[in-house]
Amino acid sequence: MRRWTGPSTRTPSRDRSPPGATLRHWTRSLAGPAFAGMALLFASPHSAQDSLPPAPYAYRQLDDPAQEAKAQALMETLRCLKCQSQSIADSDAPMAGDMRSQVRQRIAAGEDPEAIRAWLVERYGDYVSYAPRVTSLTWPLFALPLLLLLTAALLLRRRFGKGDGG
Amino acid sequence: MSEQQKPRPWALWLPLALFGAFVVVVLFGLLRPAEREVASAMIGKPQPQFDLRPAVPDRPGLARADFTAGKPRLLNIFASWCIPCAVEAPQLARLAGQGVQIDGIAIRDRPEDVAAFLARNGNPFARIGADDVSSVQMAIGSSGVPETFVIDGKGIIRYQHIGEIREDQLPLILDKLKEAGL
Repeated sequence: MRRWTGPSTRTPSRDRSPPGATLRHWTRSLAGPAFAGMALLFASPHSAQDSLPPAPYAYRQLDDPAQEAKAQALMETLRCLKCQSQSIADSDAPMAGDMRSQVRQRIAAGEDPEAIRAWLVERYGDYVSYAPRVTSLTWPLFALPLLLLLTAALLLRRRFGKGDGG
Repeated sequence: MSEQQKPRPWALWLPLALFGAFVVVVLFGLLRPAEREVASAMIGKPQPQFDLRPAVPDRPGLARADFTAGKPRLLNIFASWCIPCAVEAPQLARLAGQGVQIDGIAIRDRPEDVAAFLARNGNPFARIGADDVSSVQMAIGSSGVPETFVIDGKGIIRYQHIGEIREDQLPLILDKLKEAGL
């Protein structure tokens, strides 16, 4: 049985309007009605929703623009755990709001963004972060393109090398 | 083209075969059921520090210190607005009936809603803390409701059950409690 994962989570976020939002807005406006239909199919008739107001900094930017920029950059690379293909900056799920609030409050308290990411990875694994890391498992992903480029360069040199009459 | 530059027949097909393998891998990833549960990475680690206010007037709140009394306990993450949480209520009641200590954390909930939920579904909890901004939920690596954690007598997280506890899963939960030293 599927777990109840909260009310519809795919509406556009209200707290920001980043540069280049038009394209995203377009894809959303197309996906919106389709998702709404699916949400209706799966939703319970009792439309459960938590009744608490959002966490303090879920929809409120930090007063210091530099800190807000840091928080925003981090939030865009953290996965919303309930919706899973959105960042917490993009999601209206209540838990994403709680995560945003926590990120902003920690940044305001002077914590380093990468320390906050590490804290979350310690709890949810690499899955929570969209920023790729080089680990014992992922290093081939980084090594392979370099290897391919090198091979290509060697092959090209052999084929088009000077004067070998190729 | 001269004779020695002619590639061997198998080498000619190699790129296509590699591409085919790539397509198979992509299709496999695309068509696999997309449901993914995010497991907590905190299993085997001590509980984080927390101290939550009571979620209802007739039960005390919940703090980390409550879990270090020597016996394993269940920690149930629930909410009154969560439908599977009502589904697992009879199972929690049976566990409580067998003497299992169960503590609850209510996520983003008002006291009157929690009280109504417990009046409707029964109250198996010894203590219930209120987590209004999901902070403890995040600190233990829980990503939804309901989830149930087995905490051993020293406050170490031993097991995470994601989703509602169904009737046929009761033995599993009891086993995990036993492993944790009940």
